[in-house]
Amino acid sequence: MKTPGNLVTLFALALVSTAAGAETVSVAVAANFTGPMNEIAEAFGEDTGHQAKTSFGSSGKFYAQIRNGAPFEVFLSADAEKPAQLVEDGLTVPDTTFTYALGSLVLWSADAELIQDGPRVLGRNQFRKLAIANPKLAPYGAAAIEVLEKLDVDQLVTPKLVQGENIAQTYQFVSTGNAELGFVALSQVIQDGEIGSGSGWVVPADMHAPIRQDAVILARGAENPAAHALMDYLQGERAQSIIRAYGYGLSK
Amino acid sequence: MGFSDADLQAIWLTLRLAGLVTILLLLIGTPIAWWLARTRSRWKGPVGAVVALPLVLPPTVLGFYLLLAMGPNGPVGQLTQALGIGLLPFTFWGLVVASVFYSMPFVVQPIQNAIEALGERPLEVAATLRAGPWDRFFSVVLPLARPGFLTAAILGFAHTVGEFGVVLMIGGNIPGATRVVSVQIYDHVEAMEYGQAHWLAASMVVFSFLVLLALYTLNPRQRTF
Repeated sequence: MKTPGNLVTLFALALVSTAAGAETVSVAVAANFTGPMNEIAEAFGEDTGHQAKTSFGSSGKFYAQIRNGAPFEVFLSADAEKPAQLVEDGLTVPDTTFTYALGSLVLWSADAELIQDGPRVLGRNQFRKLAIANPKLAPYGAAAIEVLEKLDVDQLVTPKLVQGENIAQTYQFVSTGNAELGFVALSQVIQDGEIGSGSGWVVPADMHAPIRQDAVILARGAENPAAHALMDYLQGERAQSIIRAYGYGLSK
Repeated sequence: MGFSDADLQAIWLTLRLAGLVTILLLLIGTPIAWWLARTRSRWKGPVGAVVALPLVLPPTVLGFYLLLAMGPNGPVGQLTQALGIGLLPFTFWGLVVASVFYSMPFVVQPIQNAIEALGERPLEVAATLRAGPWDRFFSVVLPLARPGFLTAAILGFAHTVGEFGVVLMIGGNIPGATRVVSVQIYDHVEAMEYGQAHWLAASMVVFSFLVLLALYTLNPRQRTF
């Protein structure tokens, strides 16, 4: 960009691309989906010219904010319950809900030696604390409880349970060693397709009810083409391969 | 609707925590305040700044470092393990220790201000009357600085009741051990149980108002900060 001429061209291009219908969409995204969403938002910008303005946080807080007029147009929740509730509240565009990702659960420890033979470490019961996400709030927590019951160790480990308010905090408890092990999201520990550090056991998906993460277009986004474009994009090939690379499953 | 059993358990736990922390802080904070009020050491500035840190740090920062420090690889954690106490995070006593740090400035500063306001004179007079150091403290400082101690106790208690970020970071949400009222409210809101959240939250508002009302009624002329 050495000459004023180039600058003028650039401005002209910018004007043209605006005229071509590039819009901005504000998206409320569940914190556990931060990594993939950053990549998807970038790809979305490259491929469609639209811009996704992302806010990351707890789904429960987003729900409260949306009910009270927060200016979000698309909501990517960490569960299926809150989008469904918003549909009931009449705050969404009808029939736009879909499952954008399925969460995978992993029993994980920061200690590379601890989890060598899958879930048997739970039965041996030689640990101080087992971290799970709050089962009342986080689907990952509810799934962890289901797995413990299925393994028939729930009675055994209940006195040792500590709860993170969400899956991010649960990960923090385990990664700092304050809890020797815990049930976290595979997306938190995956690196190039496998568990990056420590040791772990990826829980088979049939041991718990699917952890459905649903997306929905909110009433404020009804007229925004970028909101609809983003929903389509999430179901496209490029987005789905990003989602898979982060250890999420896809709903069929 | 009213309070559920879990709510009542959280309230009782919170009151126990705040009561214990207030007593500990009066015991620990008073010598610190005394020293800060009277010393001419060049360490006065740094020590005062460290005590005041929780006023400006986000509670999550404090909580995060406490989690690291009290964890199995942290210095405090290694000490408590060596002493056979075990690890502090996720225990009631872990919350007590964290709250003592967190609420420290709210106790130290009012006492320090009160002692500074006394000046040297009453203590010198007491000394010429052959009052020993302990006698001077209990017969002169304590009665004269009483409003400062009262303010300190009320603020320390109220601030511990209102603590949230630190508890969230090191508590682990264990019923009866670390699930205090503020965490319980958060859980209700996150679970979309707004009715239950209202009950507890409104009680907190009323409680905080009454505490401050008591403070200003009992100490009309005392500056609190």
